[in-house]
Amino acid sequence: MSTTASNITIEKAPAGIEGAGFFATGFDKVIGMARKNSIWPLPFATSCCGIEFMATMASTYDLGRFGSERLSFSPRQADLLMVMGTIAKKMGPVLKQVYEQMAEPRWVIAVGACASSGGIFDSYSVLQGIDQIIPVDVYVPGCPPRPEQIIDGLLRVQDLVANESLRRRNSPEYKALLASYGIK
Amino acid sequence: MEKITLTKEMVLQTLQNNFGNIFSNIEEPYGILTATVTKDKIIDILAFLNKHEILQFQMLTDLCAVHFPERDKKFQIVYHVHSLSNNFRLRLKVDLDGDPPKIPTATIVYATANWMERETYDFYGVIFEGHPNLKRILNIDDMVIFPMRKEYPLEDNTRTDKDDRMFGREPNPLFKPLI
Amino acid sequence: MSNPTHKHIKLEGELEKETNTINIGPTHPATHGVFQNIMEMDGERILSADTTVGYIHRAFEKIAEHRPYYQITPLTDRLNYCSAPINNMGWHTTVEKLAGIKLPKRVEYLRVIIMELARIADHLVCNSVLGVDTGAFTGFLYVFQEREKIYEIWEDICGSRLTTNIGRVGGFEREWPNSSFEKLDKFLAGFPKVFKEFENLFNRNRIFIERTAGVGSISADRALNYGFTGPNLRATGVDYDIRAMYPYSSYEEFDFKVPVGKRGDTYDRFLVRNEEVWQSISIIKQALEKIAKEPAGVFHADVPEYYLPPKEEVYHNMEALIYHFKIVMGEVPIPKGEVYHSVEGGNGELGFYLISDGGRCPYRLHFRRPCFIYYQAFEEMVKGELLSDAIVTLSSMNIIAGELDG
Repeated sequence: MSTTASNITIEKAPAGIEGAGFFATGFDKVIGMARKNSIWPLPFATSCCGIEFMATMASTYDLGRFGSERLSFSPRQADLLMVMGTIAKKMGPVLKQVYEQMAEPRWVIAVGACASSGGIFDSYSVLQGIDQIIPVDVYVPGCPPRPEQIIDGLLRVQDLVANESLRRRNSPEYKALLASYGIK
Repeated sequence: MEKITLTKEMVLQTLQNNFGNIFSNIEEPYGILTATVTKDKIIDILAFLNKHEILQFQMLTDLCAVHFPERDKKFQIVYHVHSLSNNFRLRLKVDLDGDPPKIPTATIVYATANWMERETYDFYGVIFEGHPNLKRILNIDDMVIFPMRKEYPLEDNTRTDKDDRMFGREPNPLFKPLI
Repeated sequence: MSNPTHKHIKLEGELEKETNTINIGPTHPATHGVFQNIMEMDGERILSADTTVGYIHRAFEKIAEHRPYYQITPLTDRLNYCSAPINNMGWHTTVEKLAGIKLPKRVEYLRVIIMELARIADHLVCNSVLGVDTGAFTGFLYVFQEREKIYEIWEDICGSRLTTNIGRVGGFEREWPNSSFEKLDKFLAGFPKVFKEFENLFNRNRIFIERTAGVGSISADRALNYGFTGPNLRATGVDYDIRAMYPYSSYEEFDFKVPVGKRGDTYDRFLVRNEEVWQSISIIKQALEKIAKEPAGVFHADVPEYYLPPKEEVYHNMEALIYHFKIVMGEVPIPKGEVYHSVEGGNGELGFYLISDGGRCPYRLHFRRPCFIYYQAFEEMVKGELLSDAIVTLSSMNIIAGELDG
């Protein structure tokens, strides 16, 4: 039996009042914790980063540990849009349509150099970064990024999800951001 | 029928016997027999090669175009055909002029030429007469230019976030440097 | 058309003649890559399929006209990204053919090992994802564990897992570390057992055979006319393998069989790929035996004009400094000329048609991409089939979007 299992740490509980048989904390902390551990991703895999995503979903790196076991290919049921791979200008309207169909709350993670900024393809047919058409929350650089990096990106999205206000969609900054992209 | 090994002389002789002396620029770069023909004969030659019982060029390996802006005949279509039973490759070239350059389609001989010709049209603007569905295949449908031609740049001209000083180019007036 | 249980009821008129148009893609869980099919359906049967590609067109050929020869290798990685090393080696062998570089035997055997590992990796992805499409997820998990081991071997050699940029024109960039050979031995010892388990899950599985046998078949004549190559062509019965017909990189010294199928349907394609994995394992073992007989430590050809000299020499030796400068600036003496060279990729004949004008970048580089060529036949293969059969056919053809659009 291995005695070096001490790398595994227990997540810290949010600030609250503990008593015999109960734990009281704020609603937003509990809801944030519930939300961040059950993100349903939409894998928008176009090219090589998609294969690294398949390796991340497989047993060695296992994205399902973090609550993202159930992939949703329907935008209506997904929380996180993971754009993995090069987005060409022909694909841009399709990506925007998928993003618009997602219901709030929604987050976007750009995996790979091509999705973040066009990557090595500085050509006439490649969109130089998906943030030209949709707002992006987390960028994961790499070509392709290692599965550990993709998981790290997901953990950063979890930080955002845990701390986000429940009515973000009504805040003026968010509305201004979407308006700048022409998304209603 | 016993197996005979095809040699380049045999293939050339058979072609010249059937089509006359229309083959020019015959050479053999890196082991592949190459010849230039005219555009009115190319489809007959391809059909002949495909149906011949001994030559049996069953596969059109590749069809592409090359742009030579400094020549009179600016476009060159290159056909690579392959005879699997004889282990023999042949390259045929056709020089075209005019804008847009026109050439008959090879889809009547080889079904694989369908998308290859669409790709060549998409990149170079070569019109293949008689093609069932000649429209763009890889680029966006409403593109008006033919991007692989030498006069078109690689990068997207409408970008405003690149600092051209770093690339040794004239600064783009739309770019506002941070430093 | 009458309903069999209510024979006295007859349906006629518009109801039986209506067709549906459904759109599959470009984002769809069953299409592995971005391509779109607009299908006319009569109930569940497909009448026609209109395919649209180009959703990931990255303009490789245009980019290649603006990059020096060694900077094109990372571009070739991204063609068939499931087996990137084969594309790299194909490019290197093309440039070596143009420049007339001869490699030492040990380098060629090392290249054969890399290419066969890449072929195993590609076929593992294709077959396991075909299993996922028929509903069998377990095979995918087993097989991706083994793919991780192949990734670790590549990572030891070149530093990268998927898009490897392995090798240089003239050989490899550094000698393979001992750990990579140890990992390779461990892989060869452990992989056959896992692959046998994978085969046991599928080969005689009643459900899998009913989903795939007789589905999406194409005859050998039509396949040749459509320019099929690789496992898709071999499943129809034509034994065309570039490693056997136009051997490159010393393949003529290896003893391997080329598996062929009979009916050209999905089940045959699956079996042909499985058998090719076994043949690749045997080729790797033969290559390791041959390497043991060659002088150790040789990992590149002696071509200082094309291959970067070691860094220590650059600091002390004048010629090495000049060669280093010229190669990095892209001023390598590539002769003028045109060459067509092809390698046996995971999907078939991956060809490189290179026209060089003696300058630092190619004048024209055209990739003969097998996926692009055989995907045209998809409509013919699925006409009259059910929709679920079309999905399984699509999956068995191993369409990689990077190679399709290029």
